[in-house]
Amino acid sequence: MSAEELKTGPLEYRTKEGQMSILGFWIFLGAEVVLFATLFATYAVLFGRTADAPHPGELFEAGTVLIMTFLLLTSSFTCGLAIHEMRRGSVKGLTIWMIITLALGLGFLGFEIYEFVHYAHEGATIQSSAFWSSFFVLAGTHGLHVTLGIGWATLLLIQIARRGLTNVTSRKFFIISLYWHFLDVIWIFILTSVYLIGMVI
Amino acid sequence: MTNTKKRIPTNHIVGFVLSLVMTLVAAWAAIGSDLPVKWVIIGIMILALLQAGVQLFMFMHVTEAESGNGHIPWNMMFHGFALAGILVAGSLFTMSFGFDHNHDDGGGNHQQQEQQEEHSGH
Repeated sequence: MSAEELKTGPLEYRTKEGQMSILGFWIFLGAEVVLFATLFATYAVLFGRTADAPHPGELFEAGTVLIMTFLLLTSSFTCGLAIHEMRRGSVKGLTIWMIITLALGLGFLGFEIYEFVHYAHEGATIQSSAFWSSFFVLAGTHGLHVTLGIGWATLLLIQIARRGLTNVTSRKFFIISLYWHFLDVIWIFILTSVYLIGMVI
Repeated sequence: MTNTKKRIPTNHIVGFVLSLVMTLVAAWAAIGSDLPVKWVIIGIMILALLQAGVQLFMFMHVTEAESGNGHIPWNMMFHGFALAGILVAGSLFTMSFGFDHNHDDGGGNHQQQEQQEEHSGH
């Protein structure tokens, strides 16, 4: 691969391997779009089928949801700053912004867990009705992705502390930044079509 | 390499501010405004699509000269989004349309019917 290495451009794009890995990750994201589309479709079809469980409008709280949204939006921003620092060649900048990103991600997860526990106390669990099943599967799958992203990025931070910025580590960080921004895209649609519409109707 | 040496990442800041503003507008439309439900839903869905665009173009580097613009599989991404649209709209169409619900806010066009379906749980 090194024979094909370019001399200019971002580090992660300089080798054929880096370029192909990033291409492959975009294809993975295309598949993720379809995965979440099935969950959104299930949710939309089962909307309001709450049986004896509480209605979504009774449980959804604008405050909690907006805090979660701002945490995730800000983490997406700091993740972008981390990649910006990486491209300026700063391992320190990358590490600091990435740690802030992960802290915001953990905050998001904390609120989500609190929210799920709160709903369970109010009588809305994954078993209470078709609607709540679809809700917990959709929001839970997103939360699972956030959890995996935090674990993944933590491992990458250990790796970059040991190996520094290379074609390989910069490519890995670029890919996790795509993943993290993608989680934000999915969350925006959960906020809109689950929480906001749930509170309007 | 033009962009990468800049101290201030203008794109990211603009994208961040835009996404915050759009979130607040969507939240206000849903919670604070007295707009008709139909228009709120259409409005906040459009805002969500715009926000996705902000993430893609401001943060995810889908267009950048440095990487040669050649490493985004546009056809695959389009394929993914098209399937997503077909899945969600198709599921609503086959599973929810045609149910009787006692709304009398009328409306003949397709869009309105789709919005009404979302009320059908009540």
